[in-house]
Amino acid sequence: MNTVQTEPISIVGRGNAEGARLFREWFDDLSRAAGAGQGGAYVFVMGSLAELLRTFDFPIVFPEINSLQTAVRRVAHEYLNEAEDYGYSPDICGYVKADVGVQLRGGRHPMGQIPKPALAVNTNACNTYIKWAEIWERMYGVPTFTLDIPGTRAEGKQTWPGDRDFENDRTYVAGQLRELISLCERVSGRPFDVDRLREAMGHANTMSAAWKRLLDLNRTRPAVFNALADGTIYLGVSNGFRGTAAGAAYFADLVEEMEYKAAHGIGTVTDERYRLVFVGVPCYPIFRRFNELFTEWGGVFVNSTYLWFASGGSNLGFEYDLTRPLDSLAEGLLIGVRDAMDSMLFQTDILIRMIDDNAADGVVYHPIKSCRTVSTGLADSRRALLAARDVPSLFIESDMMDRRVVSEAQLKNRVDAFFEGLAGRRRQGAIRDPLSVVSEAHTERRGTERASGQRTTDNG
Amino acid sequence: MTPALSLPPDASVDTTLDRCRELVEDASYPTVRRWREAGGKVVGHFQVYFPEEIAHAAGLLPFKVRGAPVEPTRAESHFGSYLCSILKTSLELALSGRVEFDLFVTHPICDAARNLAGVWGRNAKYPCQILYLPQNATSAHAVDYLRGEYDRLRRAVEGVAGRLVSDDDLRASIAVYNENRALLRELYAIKRDAPWAVSPEDAFSLVAVGGLVPRDEHNALLRRLLPELRLRHGKRQDKIRVVFQGGFCEQPPLDLIRAIGRSCYVVDDDFLIGLRWILEDVPLDGDPLRNLARAYLETSSHSPVQHDLRKPKEAMLLERVRAAGAQAAIVTAAKMCEPGLEEQVAYTRALERESVPYFVSEFEENMSSFEQLEVQLETFVENLLFD
Repeated sequence: MNTVQTEPISIVGRGNAEGARLFREWFDDLSRAAGAGQGGAYVFVMGSLAELLRTFDFPIVFPEINSLQTAVRRVAHEYLNEAEDYGYSPDICGYVKADVGVQLRGGRHPMGQIPKPALAVNTNACNTYIKWAEIWERMYGVPTFTLDIPGTRAEGKQTWPGDRDFENDRTYVAGQLRELISLCERVSGRPFDVDRLREAMGHANTMSAAWKRLLDLNRTRPAVFNALADGTIYLGVSNGFRGTAAGAAYFADLVEEMEYKAAHGIGTVTDERYRLVFVGVPCYPIFRRFNELFTEWGGVFVNSTYLWFASGGSNLGFEYDLTRPLDSLAEGLLIGVRDAMDSMLFQTDILIRMIDDNAADGVVYHPIKSCRTVSTGLADSRRALLAARDVPSLFIESDMMDRRVVSEAQLKNRVDAFFEGLAGRRRQGAIRDPLSVVSEAHTERRGTERASGQRTTDNG
Repeated sequence: MTPALSLPPDASVDTTLDRCRELVEDASYPTVRRWREAGGKVVGHFQVYFPEEIAHAAGLLPFKVRGAPVEPTRAESHFGSYLCSILKTSLELALSGRVEFDLFVTHPICDAARNLAGVWGRNAKYPCQILYLPQNATSAHAVDYLRGEYDRLRRAVEGVAGRLVSDDDLRASIAVYNENRALLRELYAIKRDAPWAVSPEDAFSLVAVGGLVPRDEHNALLRRLLPELRLRHGKRQDKIRVVFQGGFCEQPPLDLIRAIGRSCYVVDDDFLIGLRWILEDVPLDGDPLRNLARAYLETSSHSPVQHDLRKPKEAMLLERVRAAGAQAAIVTAAKMCEPGLEEQVAYTRALERESVPYFVSEFEENMSSFEQLEVQLETFVENLLFD
């Protein structure tokens, strides 16, 4: 076997394997910090400020990620029950309750030991972040800091540098950043080091540029990664390793892998038949199965709003100006987090661009009980999208944490009907375009066999 | 403009209170309709913290959007499940044309409400926007920021009104609202000092009317009525004094408030704080927008949707209970109201620590059956009375 043959094999799939390794190492580090009694910086995915907090050597803890991991590992109900026994309502965010469960267990988590907070930093990108941080404040008496980032005031009305309203927002964010730095110095006992910040921002720049590049690469046909399944792994690394050399190296390698796949026509599934956009938050209690409901029909998620907002707006590929790090950090946070909020609150134009750029065949809306930030406007957003574009869509409700509101059979029925509709639409298209009849009939049969669990044979 | 309330100047207290209750439950919003028929424009603002003075200064009618006693037949399909009722019935007002707006403003008070600008904006022909109140209240930069945000709102309001709003216009409106604040404080003093003089549903209606008519007119109503209420000789009954907590956004129906009033004196509450959230007079000298910004940050009523490290909400509730001389607290939340439900945990633990009896419940603005809740509440009250 020569190197020319083995190199591609080692590249394809590397991102997922390395992502899993980095995740294990991250939680091992957190366990060590907890064991040593070191307090962590509790942060959130939309505006984590990890690039700043790392310069004070805080272990970075993402309670959202901790919580979703309990669901993926199918033990979320244990944590939710404990929080509900403590007094929390079944009708509030499941992430919050799973974290309350983790805290009530002294930080014990399926992936390791979570350090107690030394401080909590949240943005206002989700109001529940603020309420959540108040819980730690009450439990531990730790300082909490809300970095308030004004969002877009009305659909399509973003302001930009030079506009007086933008400058009012920027001045506010920059001022708060200076206050946060003072707080970090006080809590950590370390002086602020602008050179370390510059270095971390440089890594964040690499990751941000790579994130945008990844999203662009998935415009290829077949798609090189699944935005729901693979994308969630990349998202975890993007958040957990933001501003680190390891994170930058991972994303450089990931871009290399995806460029290789794009150049060689290697898709994330062997038979891509429908390109889909996902809107909402994944169904973590049945994460793998949920994705299979779509891939069994040859459906691939080529993009998602989740990869936009849960990356804190990294989809923009914003790169900091390292010659003026603090001002640029303020500007980047304002623009990035604002964009993250836009992709939840004002998403019609964003979805139209996603559909057009990715040649999507359909849109899947997945509002969830747990998250009103993401879910409240989805039904109306869908109406607006359908008024603007003739695109099939599916609207299915479940949850990201609570298996009590996840009905796999009901989901499957809806998903199957959606694909049958897509297939019918294709057939109608084929009638209008007879040249495609033979190939469509062939691929429809294969899809049906897979979805029904029959053995698939390629008789082509 | 003609008075919106349509009340004779010599109307009795009972007639006036009857009229206020009717108005509050009238989903055709006659006062707003008459305002529009006279050529007036309307700014709809969702709960909680909207600086009405800025809209008033432009000659617009600020209308408090706080849900409605209507079935959301048109609005239902614009939302998913697991949401509070107030979102749906509020949008229903707009979609059904019951209230015609010229501008709609919401706030990021919660994850659901922040979506309203998008949802509303996709379905309305007038401008819809978010007013971003500062959520880092202890930042030294918050006042400057909010002053700038209020200035942005002033420009938006000027665009709707078709006229400029001067600082003097703003000062004149602040004066009107200062008087309104003083009158509402007096109403709450009556509730506290002589709760038998005014029932909780009447007090609620008197406040709520302020969101339906110009505040100048509301002032005239309260100026005339409050002294008469003070002199009312209601019969003191064997009821316990309670604080009602949980009405900061969605409001319980009048019938529920009436049911509570049958066994309790509601001596303080957070009903409709969106109409009375500035607790002290706003200075009339200096920069009016800066004064309004300071008022939000320094002298505003707490609620589960306001984050201010200086105002721990459970401590504020205990202070409300103490200041009102209440014997117990009714801790409620609207169904599916995430911030309200989350706060219940902190509230009840604090009340337990301080040995303050409490009654926990949920409500919905359009609920129509109160028997079970009333029986539970009566049992709670009897336990206290005969303990």
